[in-house]
Amino acid sequence: MTLYDMIFYFFAFITLASAGIVVFSRNIIYSAFALLFTFFGVAGIYVLLNADFLAVTQLLIYVGGILVLLLFGVMLTNKVVNVEIKTGTLQTLPASIIVAIAAGALCGVFYITDWKIIHDKPELESTTATLGEMFMTTYLLPFEVASIVLLVALIGAALIARRDKKFPISNVNLL
Amino acid sequence: MLPSVTITHYLIISAILFSLGIYGVVTRRNAIMVLMGIELILNSANINFIAFSHYGGIHLDGQAIAVFVIILAAAEAAVALAIVLNIYNRFNTVNVDEVSALKE
Repeated sequence: MTLYDMIFYFFAFITLASAGIVVFSRNIIYSAFALLFTFFGVAGIYVLLNADFLAVTQLLIYVGGILVLLLFGVMLTNKVVNVEIKTGTLQTLPASIIVAIAAGALCGVFYITDWKIIHDKPELESTTATLGEMFMTTYLLPFEVASIVLLVALIGAALIARRDKKFPISNVNLL
Repeated sequence: MLPSVTITHYLIISAILFSLGIYGVVTRRNAIMVLMGIELILNSANINFIAFSHYGGIHLDGQAIAVFVIILAAAEAAVALAIVLNIYNRFNTVNVDEVSALKE
């Protein structure tokens, strides 16, 4: 068992354990903070797969952006005065049966399939320069479209979340 | 002793993460928990892309796709949270099973 394997199992354990907490915890704040460790674990897995740029991107965007956004969502949509912020579940039994079947099928297929591995040697050079070149050449059109999508999404989000002037917040709550 | 790491390990991790995400999306009533489940699913897809990029001989194409997945996840989270905040202002709840009407 090499050091690589040990680090892999460490990150895999962090990822799966905290993902379990995210899904099974009754307290939504615990879930949100467990999601932080899931993202960290996934970033570690990216590093092991020689994706250094993506690992940093994962930390910046998921931990720095999306997770903070989700926490804001939690804070803004719950009465903060009651400390226990519980969330209910429904359809637990059928959902667990179906998900267990799906997980077993997926794992079985992944395990049985004889994957054709092209190269197994570790490459240690940085991927950032190559990725940047690819975005300016092969993936130029998707890259530009993605930037427009981001712009539209941000403007749309600001527009949707803005309070409607015709319905002040005090009136809307009575509906 | 635990076996040495191959591509199968990464794929199985992503499969378990995917299943947990699906479970969260299906069972939780809170809309923000549903969003967290979706993030788990997107992360599991990204692990698959990058594992195949590393082991499958497609070089960095898988990583480029993963960057686009992250971009779209950010856009999706922003818009979805704006919608959730709006729903909370209208209906005073974010439980997805209670918000069943498109208008009051």
